[in-house]
Amino acid sequence: MLDFIIKRLIQVVVVVLLALTVVFFLIRLSGDPTALFLPPDASREQIEEYREMLGFDRPIYIQYGEFMVNAVQGDFGQSLRSKEDALPLVLSRLPATFQLAISALILSLLIAIPLGVLSAYKRNSVFDRISVALTVLGQAVPSFWLGLILIYFFAAQLNILPSGGAGSIVHLILPMITLAAYSVARFTRFTRSTMLDVLRKDYIRTAKASGVPTIRLVGRYALKNSLIPIITLVALDLGTLLGGAVITEVVFAWPGVGRLLMQSLMNRDFPIVLAGVFIVALIYAVINFIADILYAYVNPQIRVK
Amino acid sequence: MENQVLLSVKNLKKYYEISQGMFKEKIVVRAVDDVNFTVMKGETFALVGESGCGKSTTGRAILRLTEPTDGEVIFNGTNLALLPYEKMRSLRKHMQMVFQDPYASLNPKKSIRQILMEPLKVHSKFDKKESLQKVISILQIVGLSEYHLDRYPHEFSGGQRQRIGIARAMILQPDFIIADEPVSALDVSVQSQVINLMLELQKEFGLTYLFISHDLSVIQHMTDRVAVMYLGKIVEIAKTEDLFNNPKHPYTQALLSAVPITHPKEKKERIILKGDVPSPANPPSGCTFHPRCPFAMEICKSELPDQARFEEGHTVNCHLYSQNKEEINYAISHS
Repeated sequence: MLDFIIKRLIQVVVVVLLALTVVFFLIRLSGDPTALFLPPDASREQIEEYREMLGFDRPIYIQYGEFMVNAVQGDFGQSLRSKEDALPLVLSRLPATFQLAISALILSLLIAIPLGVLSAYKRNSVFDRISVALTVLGQAVPSFWLGLILIYFFAAQLNILPSGGAGSIVHLILPMITLAAYSVARFTRFTRSTMLDVLRKDYIRTAKASGVPTIRLVGRYALKNSLIPIITLVALDLGTLLGGAVITEVVFAWPGVGRLLMQSLMNRDFPIVLAGVFIVALIYAVINFIADILYAYVNPQIRVK
Repeated sequence: MENQVLLSVKNLKKYYEISQGMFKEKIVVRAVDDVNFTVMKGETFALVGESGCGKSTTGRAILRLTEPTDGEVIFNGTNLALLPYEKMRSLRKHMQMVFQDPYASLNPKKSIRQILMEPLKVHSKFDKKESLQKVISILQIVGLSEYHLDRYPHEFSGGQRQRIGIARAMILQPDFIIADEPVSALDVSVQSQVINLMLELQKEFGLTYLFISHDLSVIQHMTDRVAVMYLGKIVEIAKTEDLFNNPKHPYTQALLSAVPITHPKEKKERIILKGDVPSPANPPSGCTFHPRCPFAMEICKSELPDQARFEEGHTVNCHLYSQNKEEINYAISHS
């Protein structure tokens, strides 16, 4: 087990470093940011001077080497615009992102698992068909559209919920629903299909023959066995929710990492983008690492090997 | 005690509807079609037939693991087919099943302790300490030990798993066990161990078995009476010895002729049936066996044969015998 953990930890480090490398070069490909920070009438000398000051005049491999050496020490430099330290700035946005992602995850699990279980248990019933149709819809609707529609009805028309910003539970409701919609659909479909699979298994019939009551049979026996693949899916989705809530955060002006990343990208504020990517990649990799360990823990067949 | 009826199955039917698409007519598959038999207390009654003839479905329908379409299953005077869910559930402690596939029928995520405790917990028969003792003693009875308690099913061999399956069925001390091909997934060497274990348990606890199998040598070895099934129907019922010595139905004769000989000098004529088993979705008219029967007559194509009775409860559903039923009955009563 320890072997396994160490191996996976090394993978986490490699994944994060690779992500940083890729983003570092991609972002350089997008061009030189200095012109953006200087007034349009700045002279050639001024631009050169500024580039020198920021270190953009040196060969790219030297820039890369220096960046990596600093990055592994936790130093991502300062924002080109506000001169704040990049990493602390990103970290300060993290709680808002967590709040949104975790609440969306909890909401989607609360809805999706009972829905998926019932759909599987009452397969081909009207209930099942409606729920399948809704999940297809949930996966198909893009979040920027859903977000805008929700804002239109609940904020603009009914005027009962704020259209954006953060600060209270009320502010959380619309972005949470928007973000959860896709996960609800995914989890429901997945729970339904794994449940159908497990309910057909011989050992479920064995348990029924023992006289295990239906609720216990479905809720404990079958659900427990179908939860294992769901754990992986939840981990993957939590990563996406944490890192990929960009659109939702922008639509609702939610002060999280996603929105910061988006803004910094627009401003070509490289240090912040890289610090943001570092945090998102790290979270993603660590969550998957935890999921693997959990997976091994709940599945005795893996544990022994 | 010997001649007490424990289970009687009357006109049991299990039909499956298969939808072929929205606008097409549904096909009805008659997996079990009008099956009748009785099982006496303490005996081992076998259901034999080739794959897909409805043996396993009959077993499951009796225990309502699949809901029967029609018919009665009278167990100790209670009609199980009409019992409400909760009553049926609590009656399950008297009748258990040993399943065919010892690999798939045990929950891979539960340890042996949990698997064996589950039935006791569900029927709240004992408190925790007593339950554990019970589990340990049943493990010893089936030839395993306390040492295996916290292992998981995948850590056992096929034979051991089937012992666990038997232990699971036995732990509630049922009166009646349906064994659905309990040894067909096992090696021949392990088969005999498991069969002997089942016979010992029967002797010790006075169990009644409904033994479902397609293995004629196993049936000859361990059962008292046999019912032969073909395409969802029972074609012949007799005492095991009687059936093997004097098979009456043409299908039974063909089936028995397929048993491999045990000695090279032994001579045997193999009856090869023509054609394949027809689909139960579209069974032949009249006697369902007539397209393959070497003795088929005109009447077989149009009419379902009645049951012809012989000595000692030997019954056959075949026109060969129902033609002169009165004569036979006369002969029996005057012999």
